Amino acid sequence: MFKAKVIVKRKKSILDPQGKAAEHGAVLLGFKNITNVRIDKQVEFLVNVSDLETAKQEVSEFCAKLLSNPSMEDFQITLDKVDEA
Amino acid sequence: MKLKFGVVVFPGSNCDHDSYHVLKHVLEQETVYLWHKDTDLQKCDVIILPGGFSYGDYIRTGAVAKLSPIMNLVIDFANKGGIVFGICNGFQILTESGLLPGALIKNKNIKFVCKDIYVTAVNGTSLLTKSLQKKTLMTPIAHGDGNYFTNDETLKSLEQNDQILFKYSSSNGEITDECNPNGSIGNIAGIMNKNGNVFGMMPHPERSSDGLLGKTDGLQIFNSLLTNFIK
Repeated sequence: MFKAKVIVKRKKSILDPQGKAAEHGAVLLGFKNITNVRIDKQVEFLVNVSDLETAKQEVSEFCAKLLSNPSMEDFQITLDKVDEA
Repeated sequence: MKLKFGVVVFPGSNCDHDSYHVLKHVLEQETVYLWHKDTDLQKCDVIILPGGFSYGDYIRTGAVAKLSPIMNLVIDFANKGGIVFGICNGFQILTESGLLPGALIKNKNIKFVCKDIYVTAVNGTSLLTKSLQKKTLMTPIAHGDGNYFTNDETLKSLEQNDQILFKYSSSNGEITDECNPNGSIGNIAGIMNKNGNVFGMMPHPERSSDGLLGKTDGLQIFNSLLTNFIK
């Protein structure tokens, strides 16, 4: 079994209004060194297979078909082997 | 001409009744609701994907609705030339399904915007815009994710193929940054596919189609569709 951690990031060319708002908040709080705030999504789940390649393939497909929208987002996958629950 | 309209109801749709009312009672067309789990489009001539918050807008707006069983039929219908019209959340579902290019992302100012605005038709030949009595229409908007985005290549292709239907404008038709309520690229408020049979727009024409509400500009869009539909 694998524990999958997926980070879905808005493409760099796309404005991230939430990140901009957080950046503005940082200015209001008096932080002078915080820039380029981007707010991404992190999704965690278990993949009930024993083989890494199968897990990679299934998770990539899940990311491409649902967790991300390829026209505006990219994704990164981390897979860690865990003991059976 | 009498047409048969199907208004798809997803869990979380909330403009389905408004669309149904306008089509059935104001325009006196045969109109049915289609549940998202239905496996039959009931021989409808036009499919409406209404506004709302299907599946709570979780993951992304329209991302789960595109997986509803009825969407396979809608995609097949659209690919065979059937008329599909997505309004607000319906537009988001169409971009998620790949029936329309681009994506609707969070409004530039991160606010949910609910107000009457103006759009100007920049395409004079489409089913929805060909018979408009005036080019600039007052329509309500109500969305948090209406910021239309696409890459430069797709934008160029939309322009070259005359696929942009409406742009946010002033009441006299000037297309300016000040009139852009959500940050949409090129002030885009509505588009269609290359074949001219799939339409999507963020503004709500169904909310400005009944005289009782004091605004009727939206009715012109539905009337244009009725006038120009070839059965």
